[in-house]
Amino acid sequence: MEINLIIGLSTLAIIKAAPLVFGALCGLLGERSGVINIGIEGMMLISAFTTFLGSALFNQWTGGIFPTNLSLLVGLFCGITSGALIAALHAVLSIHYKIDQVISGTVINLLAVGLTNYIANVYIDPTHLSGVGVFPTIPIPILSDIPIIGPILFSHQPMIYLMFIMVIFMQYLVFHTPMGLRMRSVGEHPRSADTVGIDVNKTRYVNVILGGVFAGLGGAIMVLESVGRFQKLMTSGRGFIALAALIFGGWTSTGALGSALLFGFSEALGVRLQFGDLNHVKVIVIVSGLVILGLGIFLLIKKIIEKEISIKKFISISILIVLGSIIMIGSNYVKFPTFSIPIEFLGLLPYLLTIFVLAGFVRRAKGPAAAGIPYEKQ
Amino acid sequence: MDNLLNKLNPIKNIYISVIVPILAIFTALILSSVVIILSGSNPLLAYLALAEGAFGNLNNWIETILKTTPLIIGGLGVALAFRGGLFNIGVEGQIFVGSIASVIIGTTLKAPAIIHIPLTLLAGVIAGAVWAAIPGYLKAKFGAHEVITTIMTNYIATRIITWSIGMNGPLRKTTSFVPETNSLLETARLPIMISDTRLHIGIVIALILAIVVYILLFRTTLGIEIRTVGLNITAAKYCGIKVNRNIVLTMAISGGLAGLAGAIQVMGLPPYNFTAGFNVGYGFDSLAVAVLGNINPIGVVFSAFLFGAMDSGARLMQLRAKVPVDMITILQGLILMFVAANQIIRGIYRIQIQDKKADKVNLSQGWGGGSK
Repeated sequence: MEINLIIGLSTLAIIKAAPLVFGALCGLLGERSGVINIGIEGMMLISAFTTFLGSALFNQWTGGIFPTNLSLLVGLFCGITSGALIAALHAVLSIHYKIDQVISGTVINLLAVGLTNYIANVYIDPTHLSGVGVFPTIPIPILSDIPIIGPILFSHQPMIYLMFIMVIFMQYLVFHTPMGLRMRSVGEHPRSADTVGIDVNKTRYVNVILGGVFAGLGGAIMVLESVGRFQKLMTSGRGFIALAALIFGGWTSTGALGSALLFGFSEALGVRLQFGDLNHVKVIVIVSGLVILGLGIFLLIKKIIEKEISIKKFISISILIVLGSIIMIGSNYVKFPTFSIPIEFLGLLPYLLTIFVLAGFVRRAKGPAAAGIPYEKQ
Repeated sequence: MDNLLNKLNPIKNIYISVIVPILAIFTALILSSVVIILSGSNPLLAYLALAEGAFGNLNNWIETILKTTPLIIGGLGVALAFRGGLFNIGVEGQIFVGSIASVIIGTTLKAPAIIHIPLTLLAGVIAGAVWAAIPGYLKAKFGAHEVITTIMTNYIATRIITWSIGMNGPLRKTTSFVPETNSLLETARLPIMISDTRLHIGIVIALILAIVVYILLFRTTLGIEIRTVGLNITAAKYCGIKVNRNIVLTMAISGGLAGLAGAIQVMGLPPYNFTAGFNVGYGFDSLAVAVLGNINPIGVVFSAFLFGAMDSGARLMQLRAKVPVDMITILQGLILMFVAANQIIRGIYRIQIQDKKADKVNLSQGWGGGSK
């Protein structure tokens, strides 16, 4: 029974993590080149909105003669484009006009809320504009038949695969190409980058606008692969959680993926528990067992790689692993009291996790040194 | 001649600091009218209705003042935090927490008004201060950036409060079909200034607070410390200022002001309770108010009045011109943008001044990078 529960939760965690990953990639591009982006939330909201509007209107105007997927692709295009445009506004404000990047992001968040609510009120609500649908699930042949891993990783909607590809691509781009080296040098020490002939502001413009494309994908995926229509304020803080995931992931795309999965898992847990068919206490016991087990295995691998393993550490890590296993297996044989946690509290998990992550890890992770500082040419 | 110019300089500075926001507002109005036209309404009609809704008669004036009150106090909170180099986006949540705390004291405690009112106000202040001190502490102790943590505390406050007034929640009014709390006892309500109207004494409290915050920031040692930390953390450390303690304190005062704003809302306005959708948006408006007011307590009063007028006129605008109230959010975003990027305004209207760099607060410090 738990294995099905864990497969279900993990699959849902990946789906819930996807917008966060795209948002984090947006932040990654900006911050690596020295531009903080608080406005990811607003960019994602606007992109979700234009994605929905684009796909629904295209479908309406063409009278539905094209397949649904084409309408959805048109929506995707609209989402990406608007993400890039809003990012361009952020770029102009913070690079050209050198206004405080935190304020510029706040402006974008305000405008996003105002504009989307406004148009939703004057246009979408009165006309009862309905969504076109969502992308279908495309299981990858053969791979999706692998037990456990198959359903978790290889049986998703297309943008999830795109997300994994983009994470790998970005890791390569940022850390293994000349372009990545240039953007990192601009983010760390713009003055020296300028000295060796790199156009600091141009690099920043390119990065911020490219980041907007990712924010656009993040907004689009919320419409195209889950609810299928726009809801007011539907991002509900995911842009900010994406930033936390970026910081937690140490400003790398694979790290961001890992931490986004953690956030996704906590959100998935909250969602899954709301269905009411599960014993909340039992699920929480199982999940905490899983976390303890995971932590133990993670530490073990880390210590082995760093070759810092001593008998004392080995014993304490083994205790973690054994404890986790005992909790998970033992939970089968214990009768738990039925106690329901209110839905509002279940929804708190990602927000609380964000705070814990920021408090616990931000000092240890080191961000780009010049992030937040406009570049003045001498 | 030079002497005369020097004497005129302060006047010129005041002129500039007034004319730029006014032009920013004007430009924002023009840009918003494009949106209104695109949505098929008449912007002139909309703006006239907005103005009439705000200042058309005595009751409109009173509503404007009532909307201005929490914006002044919230704006002061944001401005104070700004001066200390902190970007307190959590005002929204702090207002909620403050109002819930004063609901708890205001509904349960039995005392004469002279004791009950101050205690209920104080409950709001303390709750807001504690709620804001948490992100402050996390920043001081662990370096967690307050922009993200305060947004998270907003969500957490909203969720917990939604639960507490929801079905079977501990604060839910049992006889009510909608999520709301019991009304405050008579003894905990703010006195009315003009009889038979809604005008309570909140605005007086707000104006006094503006002066108090001004004195605190610019005439006390604590104020100097707060501003030094805001301008340059490293310098503050070398001056022997306890930076970490200062950050927590700044956040606590800022949140205390926000909590007071929430308390005044529940204590001043019928039905004197906390309902679902209570005063949503004041926190975020306070941000724009503080920036528009040039993060100066006196400037905050004026910009709060402007925003209060827009808020109170918005309903008539929606009624007459069929322009949704969300227009106000767009307007506020645009105003914030033009005030922050005042080079755009100076470029459009050809105003020439030198940049005053000395007074700049860097909000992105402590992001991981940037703080050095």
